Amino acid sequence: MSSTHVIDVDVNGEVRRCETTGRTSLADFLRDALGLTGTHLGCEQGVCGACTVLLDGQPVRSCLMLAAQADGRSVTTVEGLSGVDGELNPVQEAFCGSHALQCGFCTPGMVLAVQALVENVPEPTDHDIDEAIGGNICRCTGYVQIREAIAKALEARSTIETVPAR
Amino acid sequence: MKPVDFELHRPETLAEALELLAEHGADGKVLAGGQSLIPLLNFRLARPDHVIDLGRIGALRAIRRNTDALVIGAMVTYHQAERSAAVAETAPLVSAALPHVAHQGIRARGTIGGSVAHGDPAAELPAVFSALDATMVAVSRRGTREIAARDFFLANLVTALEEDELLAEIRVAPVPARTGAAFNEVGRRHGDFALAGAGAQLTLTDDATVSSARIALTGVSAKPFRATEAENTLVGQRVDERLWRRAADVVRRDVDPAADLHATADYRRDVAGTIVERALAAAAARALGNRTGSMEATG
Repeated sequence: MSSTHVIDVDVNGEVRRCETTGRTSLADFLRDALGLTGTHLGCEQGVCGACTVLLDGQPVRSCLMLAAQADGRSVTTVEGLSGVDGELNPVQEAFCGSHALQCGFCTPGMVLAVQALVENVPEPTDHDIDEAIGGNICRCTGYVQIREAIAKALEARSTIETVPAR
Repeated sequence: MKPVDFELHRPETLAEALELLAEHGADGKVLAGGQSLIPLLNFRLARPDHVIDLGRIGALRAIRRNTDALVIGAMVTYHQAERSAAVAETAPLVSAALPHVAHQGIRARGTIGGSVAHGDPAAELPAVFSALDATMVAVSRRGTREIAARDFFLANLVTALEEDELLAEIRVAPVPARTGAAFNEVGRRHGDFALAGAGAQLTLTDDATVSSARIALTGVSAKPFRATEAENTLVGQRVDERLWRRAADVVRRDVDPAADLHATADYRRDVAGTIVERALAAAAARALGNRTGSMEATG
């Protein structure tokens, strides 16, 4: 038994029409069909969070979703955050500045989880911050620098927002 | 770590899904949010020939308030239910349990109906719906069947759903005034499956006497554990700290948890009592502060 599906997915702002098999996960589709290997695969059972991408702006595990289910949806991977010449976005900049990564394996998922927090939660509490990254495992940093990076990213956001309109 | 090859079906209507299920129910699996099924597929613990994805059926995604019930569509996500005022007002125990379910990334995709149909005794919602005597509405090409929660969860990962049946919605009676609910669990890490969890809902009379008590636990038996004896010790009694401790002792006496890598049976038994005591105290505090039936429902 097998099935193939033609899907239209908006990936990082570009609509891609692709053929995929029924059993292909969104993570494998992004990595193998589109070459977007920034999405890391750790446990393939939804525990580690490394494969986190944004689906219509919400963080989801791309290992726990079939590529065919992304038909008609919008997906943001870590490749979609930086500028055309590879300039880091404010969340990536904050991770870099705070040394919020060591081996880097969890970083794409962690950065996207934080990106969702920055975009969706107006005034996050400490609890909101821990909730946002609670499903992403990092074995290097001990999370201290990641929290610091989040604080910086939120600060960068509020600086941008408080520029008075003229 | 990749699923066996299967034929994926993505029906757009419930009728179409029921046709597919009638044809492939014996060697097929229903895909809701995928947060339990896809790990099982990846491990090849489930090896279906057909997977029927309900993701396109909009009719299963609604939360409705009828005159006599809150109706939660099977494909409503945890994320959606967490933000629903109707759920918070009419089923505060559901609202109280939702923040304990896994992590944001899981709650964004995971569905209420998926959790119920999966029937994991360690999961929060099967216990909550057992405590609330919810009605599970199963549909198939043969018709519609209403199944009481106590008849729905049969054993570990086994429910009363037939091969050709689909869980369409869950109905919960709205809470009366002076009702409070709370959910409490103990786990190694927040978001993991807990060692044990307890949901409690209390309704009080005007003189702070317990008129109705509902208690159910996760993680202490092969199906959600309804603590009927503990409930009975509470009804007719005045609100009192010692009362919660008495109910907790009854729970410790009545549960028969299993030991595993994470905890001994004795530790789980002790935890079960403690979290029931805490949940009852929090539920009572909320009930005392709530005269109208709508309430704060977190924690």
